[in-house]
Amino acid sequence: MNSEVWDAVVVGAGPAGLMAARTAAEGGLRVLLLDAQPGAGGQIWRGAAAGQKGTAGDLLRDVAAHPGITVLSGAEVMAAETRERAHTLTVTTAAGLRQIHAERVILATGANERFLPFDGWTLPGVVGAGGLQAMSKGGLNVRGKRVVVAGSGPLLLAVAAGLRQKGARVLAVAEQAGLTGVAAFGMAAARLPGKSREASALAAGLLGVPYWADCAVVRASGQNQLQSVTLRRGRREIRLDCDYLAVGFGLVPETRVAALLGCALDNTGAVRVNVWQATSIQGVYAAGEVCGIGGVDGALLEGFVAGCAASGQIERLRDAPRRADLQRRFQRVLERSFALRPERLHTPLPATIVCRCEDVRHGELRGFAGWTAAKLQTRCGMGVCQGRVCGPACETLYGWRFEGARAPLVPLPLAQLLDEPTTLSPP
Amino acid sequence: MPELTLAVLTLDGRRVTVAPGTTVLAALQNAGLSPLRSSLSGEPRGALCGMGSCYECRAVVDGLLMRTCLTPARDGQNVRRLLEVAREF
Repeated sequence: MNSEVWDAVVVGAGPAGLMAARTAAEGGLRVLLLDAQPGAGGQIWRGAAAGQKGTAGDLLRDVAAHPGITVLSGAEVMAAETRERAHTLTVTTAAGLRQIHAERVILATGANERFLPFDGWTLPGVVGAGGLQAMSKGGLNVRGKRVVVAGSGPLLLAVAAGLRQKGARVLAVAEQAGLTGVAAFGMAAARLPGKSREASALAAGLLGVPYWADCAVVRASGQNQLQSVTLRRGRREIRLDCDYLAVGFGLVPETRVAALLGCALDNTGAVRVNVWQATSIQGVYAAGEVCGIGGVDGALLEGFVAGCAASGQIERLRDAPRRADLQRRFQRVLERSFALRPERLHTPLPATIVCRCEDVRHGELRGFAGWTAAKLQTRCGMGVCQGRVCGPACETLYGWRFEGARAPLVPLPLAQLLDEPTTLSPP
Repeated sequence: MPELTLAVLTLDGRRVTVAPGTTVLAALQNAGLSPLRSSLSGEPRGALCGMGSCYECRAVVDGLLMRTCLTPARDGQNVRRLLEVAREF
């Protein structure tokens, strides 16, 4: 296994990670920037090109051109540990495992979508809201496709607008939050200059698309493929024939690497950081959605602060506390406005699958006190996704907090563990 | 550096041409090749997360099990859905 030492390692090449890497390198550190995706940009800037107009293009260009930064795409952390001041990440890549040592680690691991089970959610055509956006950025042709966007949070609007721009027919956006919450979020966004511009652009892109607050998915129906979606709005049920149901109930911070390093989490499940984005573990910083869901502006700011703090550029942080305070207030409004209301969501049927990897159903899981018992008895959360999908669902449905992060974090070929070439003969 | 030329790949024996920047998942879906795998119960499934978390889009790409949402389509690639591979056993 390759073993190497860097001044700093940044995990995640979304907005927070790119900003942190550039800032830390400007402070003179030799930085390794890791990301699981084939290209940098994260989910929000997926497909963006270095040098294109705007912050994404600028950051991607600067990171690619900076002599102090090495970008390693297609690399996932499978193990991580802290010993005194040194941190070690074991990373899986197409070329095998690499062991990376650094005194400073900046975690910008982002978030996963929260999926909640309902009848029919395993049908092909039911996809994550952010997932469908990612697929369309990856070349999926949605032109002329009928799409219903449902769940909760401002991401639904961004997804709907993006899909419409690519030629999809967005039939409706169904938001579980009530109108009061949505209005409160709108007003908070209007007070932030960047957000108000973003909101106006979104509204323009969604003219004519029904936006239904207080509206929840009841079921998805179809024979081997999604054919229709039933929504409940007030006491009425509405059935819409469609090709895709893009559904997501907000985002959940991806804290597994942080957990392996021993970083403390807060009561929302995000990594706890101080004003310098430092975690509870010396030399480990965190930035972006892993510290709480706040959007791209907050992620950029936190990435900057983490990059400055990790490289000792404290003099550059004069204005940061004021800007961070604004972002945190916005984040709190976001959390309140789109808080999940279990009473408004449809309760899964006993036969509804909750753990998609192991086909474990709601009827089998009700009544367990927590993860450990449920895993032992049903294999829930023990499949290939290791609870990334069913973990947040079970947290919402049954109140279980998923705390099972352990190495290896991702499935990997046995050949890699044996330190052998991973190329197999084609079947 | 992204590839700039069209790629021709084989999806379950069918040759398809895709634009630069296309993922193997998108190539499969555009070719109407969904569901991508059968679950333990034999029910059809599609890709869910599109970002590498759910693992529901796995397929055998040039002999290796890959998440197709994280795999860029490249010229000459041979992609076989698990459903098709399983039929041989």
